[in-house]
Amino acid sequence: MIWPFVLALLGMLAAPFIGGFISGVDRKLTARFQSRKGPSIFQAFYDVAKLFGKETVISHRLQPLCIYIYLASAALSVGLFFAQSDLLLIFFIQAAGAVFLVIGAYLVPSPYSQIGANRELFQILAYEPLVIIVIAGISLVTGSFKISDVYAYETPLLMKLPLLFIVLGYALTIKLKKSPFDISGSHHAHQEIVKGVYTEYSGSLLALIEIAHFYETVLILGLCSLFWSTGVIGFALLLFLTYLLEIIVDNISARLTFRWMLGSVLITGVTLSSINLIWLYAA
Amino acid sequence: MFTKVKEFIKKSQLKSPWLVHFDCGSCNGCDIETLACLTPMYDVERFGIVNVGNPKHADVLIVTGTVNHRNKHVLKNIYDQMPDPKIIIAAGACGLSGGIFREAYNVVGGIDKVIPVDVYVPGCPVKPEALIDGVIEGLGKLAELQKKTAA
Repeated sequence: MIWPFVLALLGMLAAPFIGGFISGVDRKLTARFQSRKGPSIFQAFYDVAKLFGKETVISHRLQPLCIYIYLASAALSVGLFFAQSDLLLIFFIQAAGAVFLVIGAYLVPSPYSQIGANRELFQILAYEPLVIIVIAGISLVTGSFKISDVYAYETPLLMKLPLLFIVLGYALTIKLKKSPFDISGSHHAHQEIVKGVYTEYSGSLLALIEIAHFYETVLILGLCSLFWSTGVIGFALLLFLTYLLEIIVDNISARLTFRWMLGSVLITGVTLSSINLIWLYAA
Repeated sequence: MFTKVKEFIKKSQLKSPWLVHFDCGSCNGCDIETLACLTPMYDVERFGIVNVGNPKHADVLIVTGTVNHRNKHVLKNIYDQMPDPKIIIAAGACGLSGGIFREAYNVVGGIDKVIPVDVYVPGCPVKPEALIDGVIEGLGKLAELQKKTAA
């Protein structure tokens, strides 16, 4: 009875380190693709530590609360994932947190923050239906929403739901804010509307946002891992290749508009999932 | 254990300086050279330097150009928005003292007349290598400041 709590706690403690390491490897690989040397693979940890050492300057007194809720929901959803709980519950908790990030940005009257918050809402609008469709597809095949049942399934889900995995890849790209979907404010060196939804944060709040981003990375990769749960090698290879593809797509594409994102991603997502599910159940 | 965390934070402040760059009336020569530092040829990201365009996220402010009476308020505003600890780098001859434009009627003549400057990088335009040296020197100043506050 106590075991799921222990797993959840271990997951919540380990995930920022895993996510930070992945972020560091991401920047190193990106640099290598661009013929540069790039930062150390532990750079994300230096960044977070440095931000904790900076003065925190805020424009509205409820901004910290919004970020604490955002971080708590990101951490909680990862903890629940490690405890192998219900997929829909995990999804809704992380969705609630994501909305608080938007609220925090809307609190400040800066134009960059306002437009960033608006665009972040569009990004949420783009990826949430995709993730719901993927979770629904998984539950149709395995008959359950619980992760423990999905992991216990005999064949790798990738065999039965390949197109749904592509749809999840779209959602992953939007959630991680990688080009062409870094519309509301992307990581580090990309800028559009200054830093978009992250503009008005500094110091320890920005460090907490980075940590929440690490949690989100781990959660989304966890969702990808559901597609090959039968063997450790397949599991690791799938996650590695998926993230490598994310980095490559990030490097070869330019930022596009939110209108294009909504139109193309929703149409593509719904079409691909319909094809997969119809082929699985009607053909 | 708490001191170990503080040591790590101090070490990280030197390993992750985030930049914001402001053109205060420059001819853009120094700006182009500054942005050239981010290209694969010089690659400052290997030092953890990232050009975040947001003063609220940045540690280092690189200012180019002579300041004039119109944009000195903007420069002061950006300086005020940056959270501590911060380093200000004046890049290029115009930033140091007004350069060849210092006699003009609209020129304030040098960034240190508006905000306190930590590192002066000469050149017209400033060489990317010199600018990177300047940032490293600024980090050295930050390290000294850390030692002083710790002692």
